[in-house]
Amino acid sequence: MAGLQRVYKQRIKSTQALKKMFRAQELIAASRIGRARDRVAKAAPYSRAITRAVSAVATHSNVTHPFLVERTDTKRVAVLVIASDRGMAGAYSASVIRETERLVERLEREGKQVALYVSGRRAVSFYTFRGRDIEGSWSGHSDAPSTEVAGEIAEAILDAYRAPADEGGVAEVHVVYTQFVNMVTQRPRVIRLLPLEIVEGVAPADDAETLPLYEFEPEPAVVLDALLPRYVRSRIYASLLQAAASELAARQRAMHTATENAEDLIRMYTRLANQARQGEITQEISEIVSGADALAS
Amino acid sequence: MASLEVDLVATDGKVWTGTARQLIAPAGDGEIGILAGHTPVLTILREGEIRVYPEGGGPVERWHVEGGFLSFDDNRATIVVDAVSRTASASSAH
Repeated sequence: MAGLQRVYKQRIKSTQALKKMFRAQELIAASRIGRARDRVAKAAPYSRAITRAVSAVATHSNVTHPFLVERTDTKRVAVLVIASDRGMAGAYSASVIRETERLVERLEREGKQVALYVSGRRAVSFYTFRGRDIEGSWSGHSDAPSTEVAGEIAEAILDAYRAPADEGGVAEVHVVYTQFVNMVTQRPRVIRLLPLEIVEGVAPADDAETLPLYEFEPEPAVVLDALLPRYVRSRIYASLLQAAASELAARQRAMHTATENAEDLIRMYTRLANQARQGEITQEISEIVSGADALAS
Repeated sequence: MASLEVDLVATDGKVWTGTARQLIAPAGDGEIGILAGHTPVLTILREGEIRVYPEGGGPVERWHVEGGFLSFDDNRATIVVDAVSRTASASSAH
């Protein structure tokens, strides 16, 4: 009986230690999420300006640019997955990966060949463990992405997009990331980045606003050449920032639930331990009483 | 005097916003100067210095930029840059 009490005490202790860790993770995520949302908001003016400019060039000039037309010379398509570096965020990484798998399956059904670009250690290990080929991977920045990382990713993807078909060129670029809707809702999303669909911008297309008739300097094609890589970089950066905010929100929620579950467990084990203690005392009393009875008779 | 609205935007946030009477930026083929009422223009910027002359005098705002682009329409200039650093604002010589 005494053994049982000791087992329960031990469980209470270890659950308490876990609870402390969950609580700390929850607080860390909560303190970082404000900053992550701030960064999302701060990056918005840039992407809005660039989206507007790209739309202006694309609508007011008759340039055909490789970024705007569908490539037909290759069946390869690139998919960029943005997941987290660490776990303890509930189903965050799992749902991004599930969404990716669904997209890959759809693309493969269409007869396309998928080249994976992966950001975030969880997704990297998911694909390396399954022995899938990864074209490029980035990790160590998922909860606070920098513009440099976004630049690197954009560079790699643009290189692949510009490359000829026999050197691993890709015809399309898709991005899977988690959109931060609010603190309780984060939604995995798939966007097609290239070739561009100008209409679906970061800023919602405003019908009332007509774009002015710009003069382009030096000339539309050159302006577009300079704009599009920046546009791609800014879209990738925006996706990374959204994903970071979503990751932190998911982690905060998951850790909050974990803390509550730990409390429930502690309560349950405390009751069991008390029961065991009482049972032990009752047994001892009955042993003493029956021993005394035996002597008296 | 007519003035123009200027927004200087970098990848990670707004850098400067305000009204100005003149704006000079390093366009692809030479410096471009913009006053209120300029025709709508969209130009790429190369590395160089941006100068903004604030409305109602005051020191000239100067930044060194590493490329980007400038769009101007309806007396509203949006300068979008990759990397920006403020250069020592010399006393306004103009």
